[in-house]
Amino acid sequence: MIGPVLIANRGEIACRIAATCRRLGVPTVAVFSDADAEAMHVAAADRAIRIGPPRPAESYLNIPAIIAAAREAGARAVHPGYGFLSENADFAEACAAAGLVFIGPPASAIRAMGGKAAAKAVARRAGVPLLPGHEGDASDAELAEAAQRIGYPVMIKAVAGGGGRGMRRAEDAAGFPAALAAARREAAAFGDSTVMLEKFVPQARHIEMQVFADRHGNVIHLGERDCSPQRRNQKLIEEAPAPGMDAALRAELGRRATALAREVGYVGAGTVEFVADGSRPLGPDSIWFIEMNTRLQVEHPVTEMITGLDLVEWQLRIAAGERLPLRQEEVRLTGHAIEARLCAEDPARNFLPSPGHIAALDLPEPIEGLRVDAGVRAGDTLTPFYDPMIAKLIIHAPNRAAALARLAEALDACRAEGIRLNAAFLAGLLRSPEMRAGGVDTHFLEAFRQRGLAVPTPA
Amino acid sequence: MAEITVVAELTSAVWKIEAGPGARVSEGDAIIILESMKMEIPVLSPADGTITAILVAEGDQIAEGQAVARIET
Repeated sequence: MIGPVLIANRGEIACRIAATCRRLGVPTVAVFSDADAEAMHVAAADRAIRIGPPRPAESYLNIPAIIAAAREAGARAVHPGYGFLSENADFAEACAAAGLVFIGPPASAIRAMGGKAAAKAVARRAGVPLLPGHEGDASDAELAEAAQRIGYPVMIKAVAGGGGRGMRRAEDAAGFPAALAAARREAAAFGDSTVMLEKFVPQARHIEMQVFADRHGNVIHLGERDCSPQRRNQKLIEEAPAPGMDAALRAELGRRATALAREVGYVGAGTVEFVADGSRPLGPDSIWFIEMNTRLQVEHPVTEMITGLDLVEWQLRIAAGERLPLRQEEVRLTGHAIEARLCAEDPARNFLPSPGHIAALDLPEPIEGLRVDAGVRAGDTLTPFYDPMIAKLIIHAPNRAAALARLAEALDACRAEGIRLNAAFLAGLLRSPEMRAGGVDTHFLEAFRQRGLAVPTPA
Repeated sequence: MAEITVVAELTSAVWKIEAGPGARVSEGDAIIILESMKMEIPVLSPADGTITAILVAEGDQIAEGQAVARIET
């Protein structure tokens, strides 16, 4: 096994990576900013090295500081986790240049999947169905023509954009010029005013496939996840299998996802994201590729629960040059798993973040079928510099109804003093008739929140 | 005429100042944009009036409840 491993991240994912390394006897090195000197992930590693001030740009995104820390600690590999530098091709190259194994795909694959238009071109070559759209620079008149051909409503997206910025929806031809102008203005802020068009799916569901590839040409998938309950384009609940998925469609999506991974020369853990038309039952003609995430996902534990595998262990083995531990036909999916992201935020105030000192924190005890991946403990202070997610609760049960009920109970047991939690909100969401029916779209979570805010007027 | 002190509703960093001293603002206008935990949070004017002072600078780290601006109504 390859080691020591420097974990270029913080919070729950750094703790989770360290746990697998410990189990495998791989020494770990944590890095930390000044805001995190006492953080849980520092204690989870065998040693820890300071990399800079609290701001991410000066610490967890500071490539020279992280490479220097790896050298100082004698690390031989770097695990980037998710977020921060995990999808930064320059970082992957900097690791290689310093003689460190980057636990992730080749820089070329990160680059190929990093741009929305470039990723679609790869998917097209791999024969993966795409939403009707238009890529490539064009005049406003040409784009208006393309929009007509695609059919309204149409999304206009900045090629270099992200996180919902540089995105505009045009409902019809009359509204197209104004929406295009706005998208171009926002796109210019990314340094590239090129936009692309894509058919808008009103009742979209987010379905993604977990893929794994080794350096010997083997590529397999580990099934899908449904991550449709989202706020501000960020997932809050993820589950596997997806409601309404059957073995034939799973195999078809697996074929698409592995074809894409092969086309781009992928190595390691990756996720191929699709959008499905939620107004119809899931089927091969109503699900299209959107993008590939070239890293481990936040929600990877739901796949671990239904497969019984440790995906971080697989990442380490593949980075060490080993072959994939299983063939496709050996992958078994058992029961139903759901993850809830516990965040320090206030759903009633539009998910306003809630930084502060955590005077007390009760998380449920991990019992049979329940996993708690936490990144903070009582006594810690949540600073405004980083993400509000403090823990993930993952349940594994024989069927979906039992998983929903038990995860809601686990959320009921969460309590904090000093910060606000979204636990009660998520528990209510899991108990809603729509969630129990399954197959909600990406707008449902906000609709559910609005419903909760509509307090009846006293008579 | 009354002077209102506008406070930050959470620990955060000042990302952008949208309106300076002397600017006329209406109730609900964004005066300052804060950033906390990867989210942008606007500080909205609580009333119609004129900004008399901006008490923070872009990049400042501020605490919950800290005064960030004064408005004369």
